[in-house]
Amino acid sequence: MTTLTGSLRRRFLGRPAATRTAELAKAPQGEHTAAVDIAPNDPLLAYLQSAKGPVDVQALQLDSPALVALKAADVKLAVPLVSQGELIGVLNLGPRRSEQEYSTDDRRLLDNLAAQAAPALRVGQLVRQQEAEARTRERFEQELEVARLIQQNFLPKELPELTGWHVAAYYQPAREVGGDFYDVIPLPDGQVGFVIGDVTDKGVPAALVMAATRSVLRAFAQRLIDPGAVLEQVNDHLSPDMPEKMFVTCFYGVLEPRTGRFRFANAGHDVPYVKTVDGSVELRARGMPLGLMPGMSYEEKEMDLSPGDSVLLHSDGIVEAHNARREMFGFPRLKEAVARYPGGADVIDRVLADVHSHTGPDAEQEDDITMVTFQRSAAAANQPPEDLLAEFEVASVEGNERLALERVGLAVAPLKLSPARLERLKTAVAEATMNAMEHGNSYRADQPVCVRVLAGPELVRVQISDRGEAPPAEPAEVPDIEAKLAGLQRPRGWGLFLIKNMVDESREINDDDRHTLELTMRLGGDDDD
Amino acid sequence: MTTEAPTAVRHRDGVAVIDLVGDVNAGAEESLELAWAAATAERPDAVVLNFGATGYINSTGIALIVGLLAKARARGLPIRAFGLSPHYREIFEITRLADFLAINPDEDTAVHGTEGGRHG
Repeated sequence: MTTLTGSLRRRFLGRPAATRTAELAKAPQGEHTAAVDIAPNDPLLAYLQSAKGPVDVQALQLDSPALVALKAADVKLAVPLVSQGELIGVLNLGPRRSEQEYSTDDRRLLDNLAAQAAPALRVGQLVRQQEAEARTRERFEQELEVARLIQQNFLPKELPELTGWHVAAYYQPAREVGGDFYDVIPLPDGQVGFVIGDVTDKGVPAALVMAATRSVLRAFAQRLIDPGAVLEQVNDHLSPDMPEKMFVTCFYGVLEPRTGRFRFANAGHDVPYVKTVDGSVELRARGMPLGLMPGMSYEEKEMDLSPGDSVLLHSDGIVEAHNARREMFGFPRLKEAVARYPGGADVIDRVLADVHSHTGPDAEQEDDITMVTFQRSAAAANQPPEDLLAEFEVASVEGNERLALERVGLAVAPLKLSPARLERLKTAVAEATMNAMEHGNSYRADQPVCVRVLAGPELVRVQISDRGEAPPAEPAEVPDIEAKLAGLQRPRGWGLFLIKNMVDESREINDDDRHTLELTMRLGGDDDD
Repeated sequence: MTTEAPTAVRHRDGVAVIDLVGDVNAGAEESLELAWAAATAERPDAVVLNFGATGYINSTGIALIVGLLAKARARGLPIRAFGLSPHYREIFEITRLADFLAINPDEDTAVHGTEGGRHG
């Protein structure tokens, strides 16, 4: 009689229960020969499943390829291994060494052996199966963690503070991380780009596409400004490398904070809403999702946001949230919520409460939920427009701060700043230009410092921009003359200190490829002369 | 545009007067070092900095003046100034240079040291 060899055991244990296999061991020398697989639709399976004890293979008549193979391999007996009514394996025996037929006692012994072995084999199979499932689960969780990390790294770490505006954002990934993303991009001339998007698919693939989309969009946003042109270029760049069956919906708008003008384009993303005195307004613009095919154009629209108006960009995790009856939260409900609730951060909290109320307290979040809102302060009624008095560049060459100082002095001459305030502004401009040439542009003559002078009825602003190549070398410490004289601080390090003391306000504006220091001087301010 | 301050050193009543000319910026470092050496070689009672012919003083120039103050302090030498425009006088006050370098209205007052000011 052949025995259940180690090889045979491995074959049975290593296969899923749904796949029936037979193993052949040639009896005379106890040698192990090739296995015989039984296809799932082979009638031999049904026969063995219902057989009462060992089956005489040579005498069996069935239209079965596996049976033909077994006979060809000189298998005499097939002993079904059945556990809880399920055929989990077959013990195949070749001819007896004595070359006699298997006796009734042999068959009874084999039947008993099969009855004992089948449950043990089944336990082994289940253990293997659970181990495999645990490994799969672990790998899945690791992938989710990677996806979360990618997404978190590509979301804004902080939101800009815009004078006269309240900006807020909310992002909550689903357990199986989706492809939501948002971004707020500082643009030239004080403009700000707002992005919200959603990548089809989930997990690491979606996170990678999201990261690529965000980077490409940031790059084009700086160069092109116009939202439609930006989406067009992003689409052209993403399309060739977009994985099959994946695409990105994306809404992109450019806000001029000073005037409230908001230009936007939409690549198939859920339509944002604006809360106005007249209720909810939809920001509709036509455009295909990104990454489907190159050469698409994107309709560009614009809206003037009045004081008090509040824009809500959102992802489909809100409107597609289901309740227990599988009803969606839906666009009408969201639109109505935007009209009813206060704008700004309040609308985020209230919409979330409504969504949770809709889904029920114990419901698992189905998809990522993302909201970005920006509201124009009601007090920011019609800020007066500013005039561009001058815009020029100076090469990053030592001493050129004097050129900037003199040109700014000429540009602001019509504003009739008091002599003392004019001198302060010029010193601040010179110091800021020096910092830009030295720290931002590393004194590379081919990297100019850009200077813009803007004036409104009440103030003058000077923006000094560099390439932002290196972090400022100025120490964070406040310069202390006594520490310097005692050798505890280096003699230098007065630049930022002077700037801050010379003007009414100074602030840094950083974006991907440049650093700007904006100096503000009120007109008609206190004169210390 | 002047990029450095050619300096001259005079001695008057036992006091060395350094006449700064043009911009006080990085380009003035070498001439200021030379002037300081010339001014202090004869062990004056004090050193006076004449800013009457200077134009633009930037943060690097202020750092150079801090360096002179440190040297003067190390040898217990009073250092005084005159000829500053109202704007740079304000800067000397904001930076507290004025606490260690007496700012005088004119050369006579500076040479005779009759104005106040801490001397480190």
